Amino acid sequence: MLEQNSEPMTLAALQNSGFLRRGRLLSQAMGVLLFLCAALSVLITGAIVWVLVSESWIFFSQIPLLSFLTDTQWTPVFTDAHYGILPLLTATLWAAGIAMAVATPLGLILSVYLSEFAGTRVREILKPILELLAAVPTVVFGYFALLFLTPLARQFIPGLSGFNLLVPGFVMGMMILPYVVSISEDAMRAVPMSLREGAYALGMSRLRTGFTVVIPAAFSGVTAAYLLAFSRAVGETMVVAIAAGQNPNLTGDPREGAATITAYIVQMSLGDLPHGSVAYATIFATGLVLFLITLAFNVLGFLLRRKFREAY
Amino acid sequence: MTSQTKSEGRIVAVSRGQDMAFAVLGVAVLVLAMSLLAALIIDLMRDGLSRIDLQFLTEFPSRRPASAGILSAWVGTTLIMFVTALLAIPLGVGAGVYLEEYAPKNWMTDVIDVNISNLAGVPSIIYGLLALGFFVYALQLGQTILVGGLVLALLILPIVIVATREAVRSVPSGLRESAYGVGCNRWQVVWRYVLPSARPGILTGAIVGLSRAIGETAPIITIGALTFIAFLPPSPLQGTPPFVNFDWLDSPFTVMPIQMFNWLSRPQEAFHVNAAATGVLLLLMTLVMNGFAIFLRYHLRRSLRT
Repeated sequence: MLEQNSEPMTLAALQNSGFLRRGRLLSQAMGVLLFLCAALSVLITGAIVWVLVSESWIFFSQIPLLSFLTDTQWTPVFTDAHYGILPLLTATLWAAGIAMAVATPLGLILSVYLSEFAGTRVREILKPILELLAAVPTVVFGYFALLFLTPLARQFIPGLSGFNLLVPGFVMGMMILPYVVSISEDAMRAVPMSLREGAYALGMSRLRTGFTVVIPAAFSGVTAAYLLAFSRAVGETMVVAIAAGQNPNLTGDPREGAATITAYIVQMSLGDLPHGSVAYATIFATGLVLFLITLAFNVLGFLLRRKFREAY
Repeated sequence: MTSQTKSEGRIVAVSRGQDMAFAVLGVAVLVLAMSLLAALIIDLMRDGLSRIDLQFLTEFPSRRPASAGILSAWVGTTLIMFVTALLAIPLGVGAGVYLEEYAPKNWMTDVIDVNISNLAGVPSIIYGLLALGFFVYALQLGQTILVGGLVLALLILPIVIVATREAVRSVPSGLRESAYGVGCNRWQVVWRYVLPSARPGILTGAIVGLSRAIGETAPIITIGALTFIAFLPPSPLQGTPPFVNFDWLDSPFTVMPIQMFNWLSRPQEAFHVNAAATGVLLLLMTLVMNGFAIFLRYHLRRSLRT
């Protein structure tokens, strides 16, 4: 506490008084503690890489990398075991590609509509409602895809099997739609008003302004939205595990069912996996591939997003 | 002269028409997305609503679909969420506050920043693999409630951090400056002024994060949680001192999304009804939580504006 002195306290004495010193110490100690909280996130990434690499070590020490990347069969639990990632990888890319084919046009339309056409009030009501789509648990989307949409789609699409890549791909596209819209609309709204006003003054319609002025100006942000969304679709698990089947299948026909990387990991985890076996190591090896793909897209998306933030 | 104004008039009319058409298209896409959500809710309720009763909530899973219930699943979900919230909220808020209020501008802060946005994009199943290799085997913790809560906490950590940062950033800097002006140190400013005004924003982020964790299935499957659990973990409360016990942290568990997935992957229709009923409850919980978060955010925006 401040002493009751007859002389006025000097600033130096005040700063050295026990009360303030204790306060400063607490503040510094909390600074260290909070830093540890933040540094934990770096540790998590480190732990992910370490676990994926060390647990798949047995796998890569027994199966040559070349056959892992080029073999066209994935039959790890058969007596004639083949370990080719291609069937899982193509199924993953099919499903994610279909999701993007759905989410790209719809996302573009919605984000231009929300940022260029809708008023503030309308936007404030519509965005949260749209985000409810992303809040639905993925296992519920899986149920919907398998037991409602697939039987419905089979009436219109000949040759569609009960498990297929088409319907889960479509559902994933709708799932990532709010995500795409949210990021690309943010980027579009960061474009300065003066650019739009210039376009309007030249007599351009809102539509033309949106597509020929705003989108090019927000290009890096909009691209980032699609890269990040693609990474989400690649890593999405339950919808494909439920509705695309669990049978590795190298196919060029999305009407067939095929196991994705994530579906394979789920399927293996449901069984009893002895720790240290090759079968156990396969889920980490495929997980490593999944991690590397999503990492590449995430980093690229991050850099592009940062670029649009700096531009304006 | 007249022909020029005429063609200009036509250009304006065509532009207006295009704008109108596009606005209609935009609304149509929104309606499409909403009707998909509506179809999902209606389909789920039609299949499962009649199955939900007291018996469904108080019975263990069973081989006979008609007498099976989700007692162990909802108890597991509740306990896991408790662990997740207790870990993710303090850690996430701490990290968010550090990055906004304490962090110096250097390469280390940059690394943490890049890293968090990358973590937010790591697929949830990868967190499951991390937990399987690290918590279950390297640390020998087994497939327990503690590990389940831990993995979901790590999964939603980026969501809590990002929400905290946004909430802290939106606190007016005048508040900070006046607190510093009367001699507060950094921690006092954070604890007494910044955190209380950022509270609604942080709460929103925490709720959104927890609602995501409730529906997460993949990481819990990956750590090898059992799908058939016909007992409850030991009670956290007991009659004798010290009145609380933590044995439940070491108990095996199942959660609602796993129970739903398990019933869904069986061939019998009757189990699909159980899956739908579980889905209705899951959907109800996540939509209510998200609705509450939206309400909070809306309320917050209005109070900031005035």
